[in-house]
This record gives sequence, C-alpha cells and structure tokens, in this order.
Amino acid sequence: MTNHDPAHAGWFADILPDDADSATAAIAEGTTDQPRHWPEIAVESGFAADVDDYYDRLHKATLDATRTAVAEHERADDRQLVHAIRSLDDCERTANELAERAAEWAGGLFADVDAGIEGAREVATYEPNTAAERRAVSLATRVVDLADEAEAIREFIERTAPAVAPNLAAMAGPVLASRLIALAGGLEALAKKPSGTVQVLGAEDALFAHLEGHAPSPKHGIIFTHEYVRETRPADRGSAARALAGKLTIAARIDHYSGDHREGVHEDLRDRIATIRARAEDDEDGAEGDR
Amino acid sequence: MSAGSPLPVGVERRTVAGEETLATRGEPVYGEPTDGDWRAWNASRSKLGAMFEHGMETGLAGGDRVLYLGAAAGTTVSHVADFAGPTYAVEFAPRPTRDLLDVAQSRDRLFPLLKDARSPETYAHVVESDLDAIVQDVATRGQADVAVRNAQFLADDGRLVAAIKARSEDVTADPEAVFDRAVDRLGDAYEVLDRRRLEPYHEDHLAVIATPR
Ligand SMILES: C[S@@+](CC[C@H](N)C(=O)[O-])C[C@H]1O[C@@H](n2cnc3c(N)ncnc32)[C@H](O)[C@@H]1O
Repeated sequence: MTNHDPAHAGWFADILPDDADSATAAIAEGTTDQPRHWPEIAVESGFAADVDDYYDRLHKATLDATRTAVAEHERADDRQLVHAIRSLDDCERTANELAERAAEWAGGLFADVDAGIEGAREVATYEPNTAAERRAVSLATRVVDLADEAEAIREFIERTAPAVAPNLAAMAGPVLASRLIALAGGLEALAKKPSGTVQVLGAEDALFAHLEGHAPSPKHGIIFTHEYVRETRPADRGSAARALAGKLTIAARIDHYSGDHREGVHEDLRDRIATIRARAEDDEDGAEGDR
Repeated sequence: MSAGSPLPVGVERRTVAGEETLATRGEPVYGEPTDGDWRAWNASRSKLGAMFEHGMETGLAGGDRVLYLGAAAGTTVSHVADFAGPTYAVEFAPRPTRDLLDVAQSRDRLFPLLKDARSPETYAHVVESDLDAIVQDVATRGQADVAVRNAQFLADDGRLVAAIKARSEDVTADPEAVFDRAVDRLGDAYEVLDRRRLEPYHEDHLAVIATPR
C-alpha cells in the first residue's frame, strides 16, 4: 500500500490516535517512497497534540508492532518444526521398511547380511558383480541416505525447538515437544488447549473408542514416551501423566506468550513427580490403585 | 588516544568499577559495570564506542536525531539512545530484536523496528527525514549499498557514521581492497570526510564518516 500523497503517507494517516491494532498493522505493512517530517505532519493533522505527544505515541506503536512481528516470525518457525517432525517420522519409517526389503534381497546374494539399517550400511559398501547385486546394493545405499537424512532432521529439531519453545523443549525434550506442537497444529494452538486434551494428544483413536462406549478412557497419549510417565509404576501413571500434561500446558503458554525460560515450572514438576513416585515406596500393602 | 574531537554531550570518560571507560547514563542492559546512573560503554563491544576512543569526529553532539541500522540486541544503540534524541533502531533478525524490545521499553525515545535495511521504503513511513545521523553496523554483504540507499533520511549536513566489516564482503580478499571498494561505492551518495581502522578494538573493520553530497 504505497502512498505518494504526503498527507496520507505516514504510518499514522487515517488511523484514530488510540487504535492500537491499526497502528501496529500500519507500521508492519505500510510503505512509502520517501521519508518526511512525520512529527510535524502528525501534529498538523491532529493525530498528536505536539511533537512530544507524537513521539510518545510512536514509542508505544513501534514497541507493539515490533513485539507482534517478532512473535509472528517465531510462530513461523514452529511451522518448520511441524514439517520437520513429520518428515523425521516418514524418513525413519520408510528407511526401516526398505531396510527389511534390502536385507531380504541382499541375503539371497551375499553371505551374512544383518537386518535393519546397520545391515544396509554394510551392504552399501559391497562391490556388486551382477545386475541383481547392483540393484540390491543400490537399494541399500538409498536406505542409508534416508537414515542419514532422518538423523540430520533430528539435529535440526534439536537446534530449533529450544528457540521456538524453550520451556516446552526443556521439559519434554526437543523431539516430544515438536510432536506435541505438530499434533496440536502449532505452538499457539497447543498453548490454548486445556491440559486434559494435551494429556491424550496422540491417543485420538483410543479416545474415540472411549466416547463411543467400548473402551476405558485413555490415560495418556504421546506423552507416554516421556520418562516421567513410562518409568512410573503402572498404578501411578495416570497421576504422572496428569501432572506432566498440566506443566507442559503451562510451559507451552509461557513459550507462546513470553518466551523466556522460567525455572519455577520445571521445579514444580520435578517435585510433583517425586511425590507421586514416593507413593510406591509407602505402599507396603500393595498398590492402592490410581485415582 | 583521545586527543581528538570532543565527545557528544551525555558521553563521558569516567572511572567505573576501577577502570577508565566511556560511559552514558541510562538503565543497564547487558550486565555492564555501573557507577550510580553511569554505565560503562565497552569499546571492544561497540564499533561506535571504538570510534570515540580513537577520537574520531563523528558529528554527533548529543540530543541528535538518529537512524541506527543493524541494532542487534541493542548493545550500542542503548548508549546512543542515552545521549541522543529520537533514535530509530532497525534490525532484521527476530531473535535479537526480542532483546532490543527490552532495551527500548526503558528508553522512551528509542523506536525499535523489525525491518530490512536494504528496503528503506518499508520504514520511510515511520522514520522521519532530515536526521542528524545514520549509525550503521550491519556486517553483511553490501554494506556500502545499504548506506547509499538510506542517505535519503539524512539532512544535508547530516552524518553517516558507518562501520564496514571486511570479512562480511569477502573473506579471502585483502581488507584494504575491500575497504577501497566500499568507500568508492559510498561516493555515489556521500562525500567521505574521514576513514580509519578500528584496531585494536575490532579487527578488520573500517570506520567511515561521510556527509550526503
Ligand atoms: C555486528 S551486528 C550489530 C551489533 C550492534 N550494532 C551493536 O554494536 O550492539 C550486525 C547486525 O546487523 C543485522 N543486519 C544485517 N543485515 C541487515 C539488514 N539488511 N537489515 C537490518 N539488519 C541487518 C544483523 O542481523 C546483526 O544483528
């Protein structure tokens, strides 16, 4: 929206003095061909009472606009994480499937072929002598490339997640943090979910079965992979999952709305898990079950 | 070392935490030593600070209206805002800009902008004309070009106060050759008044003072 008419070219043109949203948009998106004496023009046009008042308004507007723009860029990074985690899963799954196929093929041509990615790594170094061997070795080479790509994506996630969501990544680890963001559809969406939903993210199938009346309600979704849940005795896993989901939700909110690391929420969670696990030691007469 | 021109009003040479240093008055920003309201300005962390240490005539007098290009997290621009008047701070990387916001929060005439300095039309509707100075420290390829494109913001007698980092232009070339090329390009919009290297504070950096032609 380039505007060449001096009276309408400033960021404050056509907006009411107290309309913060329009001011933010005008600063972020406006363009014009050349600078002018904006403070004086703003006073003449009645936007500001005097030059000092103009600068006060400009200060507030640039802080608001720049804060919003920074948050938007960081949100854009959360979309890169979503692509990355989905690609990681696809690369790993495909690499494993193809590794199985390659091992089966190469096993009929060479002696001592191991299964899995490591087996494919070995086969990829063989010198083929026939057309069939060439294909089997080539297939193993693709498996290795896919596995290496998965590793490179994992490194990208490990570098990116702490910048996008410092508290969530510290609490869940970069990979689980990215899975939660992907399952929710972005950091903002995750920050707005109630903790009961975060607790069962990734267990949608089990949840639907429960809602249709033929299954118990799931106690945890993807957060089961977190050691705080997995390494807690089965009777207390529901409590551990609830505690973890509650703090993950808070971590996602801090990351979305402020972005600084807050040690308090991490300490709270450690205390809470320690208390839950202490029950196992107290229960000499057997587990009292999960409530 | 400081035989040259006077410092701008608001910048003083003082003893802070037992060391003689440049200092300005304002909220501390990056854990720098302080003495009352005065905060040490470390020339090894700031190209502009190094120019003052070398006694260069920057034209900055105190209370100036300034456009700062390449503000990063606000280390140097915080000192500029302490002694200057309205100060527009342009930075294009989101992460350091988040810290710059904190610096601007406590300085009511420091205006942070998340913009690309190669595209002045994206902030010409915010930054006013006839400024007293452009302070530039972008350290990316095309530094002289950035200065040329932004000349439109300066008053006729305004000053460009720029740091040119040789390695940002060409890692392999001889720094002096890189500097000559940059100064040559500046000639498209400026008359160069002074140039000197910033050793020992910053290696392979050239400071240039210029005025629009
Ligand atoms: C050497 S640092 C600046 C340090 C800062 N001047 C100080 O002393 O506190 C260079 C900064 O310029 C920024 N930068 C590089 N090219 C830019 C451009 N085209 N527009 C805006 N900022 C740019 C970089 O993101 C980086 O933060």
